[in-house]
Amino acid sequence: MIEKLDQIFVLLTGWLVGFLPGFLQPLAGVVIAVAAILVTFPALFAICVLLERKGLGRMQNRIGPNRVGPFGIFQPVADGLKSLTKEDIVPLKADAVVHFLAPVFLVVVVFMGYAVLPVGRHMTLVNMDAGLLFYFAMGASTELSVFMAGWASRNKYSLLGAMRAVAQMISYEVPLLMSSVAVVMITGSLSLNKIVEAQNVYTWGLPHWYIFTPWGFAGFVMFAIAATAETNRSPFDLPEGESELVAGYFTEYSGFKFAEFFLGEYVGMLSISGLGTTLFLGGWSAPLEVLGFVPSWCWFFAKIMMSMCVFIWLRGTLPRLRQDQLMNFAWKFVLPFTLLNLFVAATWRFMGDGWLRWVVCSAVLVIAYVVVGRAGMSREHFGPRSYRYAE
Amino acid sequence: MLGEGILKGLAETARNFAGSFVSAERLTTVEYPEHRIAPIENTRDFPFLVYDGDDWEKGLRCVACQICEKECPPKCIYIEKSTDKKPDYVGKPQIYPARFDIDISVCMSCQICVEVCPFEAIKMDTEFELATTDRFGGLLHDRKQLAKSNEHYHKIHPTEAAEVDARLAEEKAKVEAKAKAAAEAAAAKAAAAAAKPAATPAAPAAKPAAPAAKQDEGEPKP
Repeated sequence: MIEKLDQIFVLLTGWLVGFLPGFLQPLAGVVIAVAAILVTFPALFAICVLLERKGLGRMQNRIGPNRVGPFGIFQPVADGLKSLTKEDIVPLKADAVVHFLAPVFLVVVVFMGYAVLPVGRHMTLVNMDAGLLFYFAMGASTELSVFMAGWASRNKYSLLGAMRAVAQMISYEVPLLMSSVAVVMITGSLSLNKIVEAQNVYTWGLPHWYIFTPWGFAGFVMFAIAATAETNRSPFDLPEGESELVAGYFTEYSGFKFAEFFLGEYVGMLSISGLGTTLFLGGWSAPLEVLGFVPSWCWFFAKIMMSMCVFIWLRGTLPRLRQDQLMNFAWKFVLPFTLLNLFVAATWRFMGDGWLRWVVCSAVLVIAYVVVGRAGMSREHFGPRSYRYAE
Repeated sequence: MLGEGILKGLAETARNFAGSFVSAERLTTVEYPEHRIAPIENTRDFPFLVYDGDDWEKGLRCVACQICEKECPPKCIYIEKSTDKKPDYVGKPQIYPARFDIDISVCMSCQICVEVCPFEAIKMDTEFELATTDRFGGLLHDRKQLAKSNEHYHKIHPTEAAEVDARLAEEKAKVEAKAKAAAEAAAAKAAAAAAKPAATPAAPAAKPAAPAAKQDEGEPKP
C-alpha cells in the first residue's frame, strides 16, 4: 500500500497509457508527464504568490490580501484574471518579434529545467546522465530572454535593467556552478537521480544529506546566495529595482506578457529550489528513516515550499544592494569561498571515514569564513562610497 | 562576524510575522471600509459652503462676491450672481449665488478660497469618498451638494468653527448695537421734533439730550 502511494503518479500514468496502442505509449507517457509539470508548478506559483503577499504583509505588521474569497485565498485568481483582461501594449519603436518572444522564451526555458529534476522516486521526466549540466544550460538561457526583453523594448529603463540583470546573472552563475561542482565531485555523477540516491542513505536513522557535512553546508549557503541572485530576488533585485528603473527589463510589458514574466520568475524560483533540494537536501528522501512511509514526492514538494518561504522571508527582511556591493560580494566573497569549498570537498573525499576529516574541513571553512569576511568585506570596500569628483 | 546583521534582521521579521497574529496592536493598518481612523483636526480636502439654520438655501452665508472665484489658482469655481436679494445672517439684504459650482477634479485643495472669503462662507471639508462613475458631471459639485450646515463644520473642525462663530457673533452684536443706537437717536430726534411745536419752554431741557444721543451713535463706528 505504502509502495503504491509512493508510486501513485507513475502507476496512474501507466494505467492511462495502457489504453493506447503500443507504439504510441512512450510518446503518451511523456505528454502526460509534461502536462503534469505544466499544471503542478503554475499551481504552486499561485500558492507562492498568495503566501508571499500574506507573509510579507505579516512581516510588515499588515494583514495582507483578505478580500477575495475566505482569507483572500482566491487573490491569485483575481490577479490572473486582471492580467488577462489588461490591454497588451507594444511600444511603437520596439522590435515587435523579439518583444513578443522574450517572455515566451523565458517560460519555455524555465520549464525545460524541470525535465531533469527528480520529483519523487522514479519520477524524473528525462533520466539524463548529464542532468545537472542540462539544468545549468537551461538556467543560463534565462539571461538571454531577459536581455531580449530589455533590448527589444527600446526603453532606457528596460535596457539598464537588462544590462544589470545580465551582469548580475553572469557573475552569480559562476559561484552557482562552483558550489554544485563540489556535490558532483563527491557523488561522482552529474545525474540528479544518482545524487539523490547517494543521499538517500541512513545512519542511526539520520539521513546522509550533503547539507549535514561541512563542505555541504558551506556549499548550500553559497548555492542559496547565488540562486537568490540568479532568480533576481530581493536583496539582489536590482534589475527590476522599481525605485530607480520603473520595473527594470519588463517595464514595457503589460497584460499577459507581464504575467508570463511573473510566472517565469516564480517557476524559476521553484525550479532552483528544487535543484538546491536535490543537490544538498536529499531531494525526495525523508528527513528521518522512520518517516520513510510518507510518499517521496511529498518530501520534495515540502522541501521546495520551505525554500520558497525562506525566499519570502529574505525578501521581507533585506534591503536592496547597490550595484558595486553586489559585484564585490560575488567576486570577492562568494567566488573565493566556493573555490575553497572545492578543495575542502576534495579533502573530505580523500581523508576517508573518521572524525578527523570533520575537524579539518570544519576548521578550514570557519577560519576562511572569518578571514574572508574580515578582509574582503571590510568597511574599506563596503562602507559609504567616496565621490572623487563631486566633492 | 559577517552575516550577523542578516540573522538579526531575520529574527526581527520573524518576530513581526508571529506577533501580528497574536497581538492586534502590532497591526499598523485597519481594514478600511469597516474600520476607520478618525481624521486629525487639520484634515482638509475640498471646500464646502457653510449655511446657518435648517434651510440650506436661506442660510447660505455666501454673498456671491466672487473673490474666491477670482483668487482660485486652478480656476475650479464658477459663480453666477442672483438678480434678487435675500437677508444675510444680520438681516441685511444681500445678493446670493444663483449658481456656485466647484469642479473637484480641478480643485487642488489649496484653501486659498477659504483664506480670502470675508464672509466665512466657504470652508474645507474632510469628506474624501467622492469616487463616482461619471467623471465629468459627477465631479462637478453644485451649490446644493456643496452646502453643509454649520453643525457639520463644528463637527469636523471644532476649534476653527468656534473661532468663526465668535467672530460672527461679535460682528452681529456690533451691527445690532449700531442699529439700536441709530434707532434711539431717531427716537430722540422724533421726540425732540414732537416737543418743539408743542411746548416751547420745554425745549432748553430737551436740547442737551440730542448731542448726547449723537455722541452715542458716533462711538461704535470706528
